[in-house]
Amino acid sequence: MAAYILRRLVQTAVLVAVMSVIVFFGIHVVGDPVWLLVNPQMDQRDIEAAIRALGLDRPIWEQYLYFIAGALEGDLGRSFIFGEPALRVILERMPATLELAFAALAMAIVLGLPLGLYAGLRPDSWASRTIMAGSILGFSLPTFWVGLMLIMVFAVMLGWLPSTGRGATATWLGITSSLFTLDGLRHVLLPAFNLALLKMSLVIRLTRAGAREALQQDYIKFARAKGLAERRVVGVHLLKNILIPVVTVVGLEFGNLVAFSVVTETIFAWPGMGKLLIDAIQSLDRPVIVAHLIVIVMMFVLINFVVDVVYTVLDPRVRIGARAA
Amino acid sequence: MVLARIATLALGLALFGTAGEAQELRIGLSAEPSAMDPHYHNLAPNNSILSHVFERLIEQDEKQRHLPGLAESWRLVDDVVWEFKLRKGVKWHDGSPFTADDVVFTFERAPNVPNSPSSFAAAVKGKTVKKIDDHTVHISAGSIAPLLPNDVASLLIVSKKHGEGARTEDYNSGKAAIGTGPYRLVRFTPGDRIEFARNDAYWGEKPRWEKLTFRPIKAGPARVAALLAGDVDLIEDTPTADIERLKKDPKIALSQGVSNRVIYFFVDHAREVTPFARGRDGSEIKNPFRDKRVRQAMTKAINRDAIVSRVMEGVAIAASQFLPDGYFGISDKLKPVAYDPEGAKKLLAEAGFPNGFKLTLHTPNGRYINDVKVAEAVAQMLTRAGIETSLEALPPAVFFTRASQGGPNGSPEFSFILVGWGPATGENSGALIPLVNTFDRAKGAGTSNRGRYSNPEVDRLCQEALRTNDDAKRAALLARATEIAIEDVAIIPSHYQVNTWAARKGLKYKARSDEYTLATHVLEQN
Repeated sequence: MAAYILRRLVQTAVLVAVMSVIVFFGIHVVGDPVWLLVNPQMDQRDIEAAIRALGLDRPIWEQYLYFIAGALEGDLGRSFIFGEPALRVILERMPATLELAFAALAMAIVLGLPLGLYAGLRPDSWASRTIMAGSILGFSLPTFWVGLMLIMVFAVMLGWLPSTGRGATATWLGITSSLFTLDGLRHVLLPAFNLALLKMSLVIRLTRAGAREALQQDYIKFARAKGLAERRVVGVHLLKNILIPVVTVVGLEFGNLVAFSVVTETIFAWPGMGKLLIDAIQSLDRPVIVAHLIVIVMMFVLINFVVDVVYTVLDPRVRIGARAA
Repeated sequence: MVLARIATLALGLALFGTAGEAQELRIGLSAEPSAMDPHYHNLAPNNSILSHVFERLIEQDEKQRHLPGLAESWRLVDDVVWEFKLRKGVKWHDGSPFTADDVVFTFERAPNVPNSPSSFAAAVKGKTVKKIDDHTVHISAGSIAPLLPNDVASLLIVSKKHGEGARTEDYNSGKAAIGTGPYRLVRFTPGDRIEFARNDAYWGEKPRWEKLTFRPIKAGPARVAALLAGDVDLIEDTPTADIERLKKDPKIALSQGVSNRVIYFFVDHAREVTPFARGRDGSEIKNPFRDKRVRQAMTKAINRDAIVSRVMEGVAIAASQFLPDGYFGISDKLKPVAYDPEGAKKLLAEAGFPNGFKLTLHTPNGRYINDVKVAEAVAQMLTRAGIETSLEALPPAVFFTRASQGGPNGSPEFSFILVGWGPATGENSGALIPLVNTFDRAKGAGTSNRGRYSNPEVDRLCQEALRTNDDAKRAALLARATEIAIEDVAIIPSHYQVNTWAARKGLKYKARSDEYTLATHVLEQN
């Protein structure tokens, strides 16, 4: 186990280093942030002073070494735009993204699981066909379009829900979140649904496929033959067995939700990490982009690690030390 | 009977509802300020929003004309020194009095904010500020400086007591964000919202709103949706595609005003061979733009009325020079160049290009209103006149890097570009000197002269204007420089942008030419 963790750590370090090189030099090739940062009225010498102040006058490899030296001490540089430590800028926006991802995931499971189960149990009913057709739409409609439609229908035409932004926050058990206030929940509903749509379709399809497959299995037939109530057959014997792949996928998808909620956050003006990333890319705020991606890589590594460990708990046949990770 | 009672009740509720709401104004912004420190980032989104909390010695009205702000009056005491009489009885938000010490302190702090990506050094440097008494200061640039009041009009004054040793973080947290303005900063939540509360002790006219909330909503359609859904009361930078529809909406009121921003084209004036102009067969040719007739042909080939009516959907004004009517130092002799494709072809033939040539137009994508669409239209117009023009649209970050320094030795890379300019000074030297004066690093002239235009006569007139305190004489010099530059086709002006604010019915925005969105400019009408 110790060897495994060590190997994982080394892999992570290599991964982060390679990623930071690509991003660092890639952004340098794209352009120079200074021309967007400075007031166009500034004269040449002031512009050069601004370039120097940001360290952008140095050769790129020197800038990179400087960045590495800082990173090893936990300092990922200061945002060109905000002038604050990049990591702090990102962490400030993390709660908003986490609560959005959490709400979306909860929605995907709470709605997706029963719908998928129903579609799996009664595959030929018209309701099931509607569910499956809906899930295809959920897969294929572009997120930004669905988001705008949701805003048009529920905020503009019906006026039921607010169109954009995050609602009031409250603190409970030491966590400050907008999920604890009514206003916050009203605000999170549309963006979370928009974000959940794809995951929901995924859960529906996984559950349905799992259910259909499991229904053919002997243990289900046996349970039925034993005369168990249908509720128990479905709720315990069936669900328990099809849940494992669903939980695995959903766990990994959570990482995706946190990392790539860019489109939804932009459309709904949600003050999270995704919107920060896209803004940073547009303004070439390199420290924020690099720090953001490092945070994301770390998060994925952690999630994968947790999933691996959970596997061994769930399935004693899997042994971590023996895995060629 | 019952119905009538319900109707009355509903009406009462409705009235009560609007009365309750009317205390708060919620505004959707298209760009987010990066800090609440008024000297951290000299850029429009910051300068605009911080005008609610802090004030300047000289303010600018909606047409950028000067108004007394924290200074009641200002005058030249001799050729060089300006005297500012400060307003008495003005209090900071904490109740302490505003004095000359705060002004002196502000000039010390402004150029020295750590990590500032774009400071106020240009407005402050070389100036000495001397306190004469508590309510008088003398400001001097050491030489004749007729534009000194314009520099002063860009600088927000901070309190010495709260600003000493304060970092940008202290302003963002609100600790140091103590101003004299009509509103107090309540909370700055980056990415989400900025909240203000009324300053009841304000020295001027009592601010109308008890509470202000500014929310950055960058995506245009989302901003419009937020307004339509009633989540905000006012939005700036309304997408042109939505304007027609919003005009017909009975719940929405639009406010429009011409901006000080001209959209124009630069050609490469300097190089002998320019990389993006090639012969019809792709061969290398001499830089065609060094021949004035080619430049004249290009400006004649552009149908400005079509750009305004079709591409901009009527929301723009055809341009003849650097600034629209009503600005200091413009020429009243210039008219937009008339569309004349035949004349353009003739001029091209005279210049030795009877078959035209190939050209690439570079434009930023998303920096100006409909920038790519305008560039597409112009590329087609030029192609029709014989200059086979293709278009390359680039993200602003890439475009401005390459357009400013992408060539050899940090020179501009492109041959033909679309750009825009709005002078912060609100007068014509703020356009002429950076754009068409000879690029000169030491003098700080021609900073944004990405066509590297150079004309000694234009330079001379502008430099003389900078040494002329007499307003009428200075205006005449600048107008003359403008006429020479435009006659020589130093730039090819296309149009002046018109900005559109959209609000819920009952609100009107006093449209500002500097594109600022200020709650103090929101008027109520029924």
